[in-house]
Amino acid sequence: MNVGARAAEPRRSVLGGLAGLSRLSASQQENVYGYLFLLPWFVGMIAITIGPIVASLVLAFTDYSILSPPHWVGVANFVTMLTADPRYLDSVHTTLTYVGISVPLVLVWGLALALVLNQGLKFLPVFRAVFYVPSLLGSSVAVAILWFYMFGKDGLINLALRPLGIQGPSYIGNPSFALYTLIVLNLWAFGSGMIIFLAGLRQIPPELYEAAQLDGAGRWARFWTITLPLLTPVLFFNAVLGLVGGFQAFTSAYVVSNGTGGPADATLLYQVYLYQRGFVNLNMGYACAMAWVLLTVMAVCTGVLFWSSRYWVFYGEDR
Amino acid sequence: MSVAMAAQTYSPSARRFLSYLAVIGLAFVMLYPLLWMFSASLTPGGQIGSAGLIPPRGVTLENYQQGWNGVGGVGFGRFFLNSLLVSGAAVLGNILSCSLAAYAFARIDFTWRRVWFALAVGSILLPAQVLIIPQYILFRSFGWVNTYYPLIVPKFLAHDAFFVFLMVQFIRGIPRELDHAARIDGCGHFGIYWRIILPLLMPALATTAAFTFINTWNDFFGPLIYLTRPQLFTVPIALRAFIDATSASSLGPLFAMSVLSLLPVLGFFLAFQRLLTEGIVTTGLK
Repeated sequence: MNVGARAAEPRRSVLGGLAGLSRLSASQQENVYGYLFLLPWFVGMIAITIGPIVASLVLAFTDYSILSPPHWVGVANFVTMLTADPRYLDSVHTTLTYVGISVPLVLVWGLALALVLNQGLKFLPVFRAVFYVPSLLGSSVAVAILWFYMFGKDGLINLALRPLGIQGPSYIGNPSFALYTLIVLNLWAFGSGMIIFLAGLRQIPPELYEAAQLDGAGRWARFWTITLPLLTPVLFFNAVLGLVGGFQAFTSAYVVSNGTGGPADATLLYQVYLYQRGFVNLNMGYACAMAWVLLTVMAVCTGVLFWSSRYWVFYGEDR
Repeated sequence: MSVAMAAQTYSPSARRFLSYLAVIGLAFVMLYPLLWMFSASLTPGGQIGSAGLIPPRGVTLENYQQGWNGVGGVGFGRFFLNSLLVSGAAVLGNILSCSLAAYAFARIDFTWRRVWFALAVGSILLPAQVLIIPQYILFRSFGWVNTYYPLIVPKFLAHDAFFVFLMVQFIRGIPRELDHAARIDGCGHFGIYWRIILPLLMPALATTAAFTFINTWNDFFGPLIYLTRPQLFTVPIALRAFIDATSASSLGPLFAMSVLSLLPVLGFFLAFQRLLTEGIVTTGLK
């Protein structure tokens, strides 16, 4: 595309010559163009975001199954969830365990690695790349397959333990271990958080460390009084992302359990159960109710995080 | 951290040495599973269980040949083409629709702009679950089950609002003098968008393209609910179906196809490495 030559052509841009438009006032023209540029986004916002949110809220109070028209059932879906659906409560428990363990773990691990890498190590780009790549692959089916066989009875983990005289079980097939293999998978994909921490560490002015060192502060004192407080905005950001991502985890749990959430519902993450109810059993009203409970819980969790941030997130003296 | 703690009592050079040791060790541990899968995919027959880093008895490509035959009578070549088509269309859609919306938010002074922008940013944190079922009902009523429209059309409607946000931030950094100069030369908004902003937006567009490609390539949920005919399968659900067709004694072909499915993502990573690592810093994407 010959940018220079075309830019020189006067007033023949795609819509510049639209007849009536030049008669409008400048601010009216801005409105026309603004909404014209936003048209795709508007269509999407109405048709596949706001419309579905409203529809989902209405369907949550019905018994819709896609095969027959919905009937209003009031709060029955929500009552069933809490009182008559043990698998639902299992999935809540599983998801909270998953999020509760893996989010803090990934935060601490990502921060620790960022600190180690930030000491001015040589080959930093190489290490950064190696630690980052798993986070791009972590949500793929291929890696879930790898995990399934790695933590199987004759998988990589047990092969490594065999010389030590340990014959481990199939971790992925054992209800007390299965969820932890998924937590390990999430930990394996810690790299994107680490990159954000690294960028945050770069922003800390070195003068602060020099001043602290003159005052006789040791490494730990410097970490607790300078690094950590100045990194709290990044920590907060990563915590929100981890929380939102954790509640929505699906692919790895689905693949390693062959869609069942097993063994014994040990990997029945919320999203997996929602899929089963909505798309396998076609209880779409029920699944919508589940989605709204999740939305509410996530909103409360992120809300609490935002609210608490004023007490522990440090945004500099000027705020 | 424990290394740093232990290292506190050592001299700086010893500490540095320990850091290298820890980082290299960890890098090895993290890459080992991938290398193991690669090695197993080259191992003949059903000896995966004993595969180490180096295939025990010679290297063979037979797993790749066998796996390429695919599943349900459809070859993996077809699955890769399908995935490429969907991911390519998704990239095109996101680049066009998100940059149009971002231009409006960053450069056009229309009424209620702030309201709409707040709505766009707010939609980033919205969990997809609340939308899935009504979207499915809607797309099904259009007859879009077993087509790629449900996977592609949302991308042409700027549904991935975080890319809009990323581009707005970027456009705000482009000097407005360039717009004014173009306006004097007779450009309208479309001219400025097409000739000034888009070329300068290249880094943000490339970041968007890379993340969109990788996310769409890896996407499992969308194809799972919308595609049931094997001819239409994308690579992730084809792999899932391949597990069912695989017996414990012949994992080789499954591993071979898994390795192949990761290559485009790795390729995109290598090509866009700098942009990807900068992109997540600004937007927090994976």
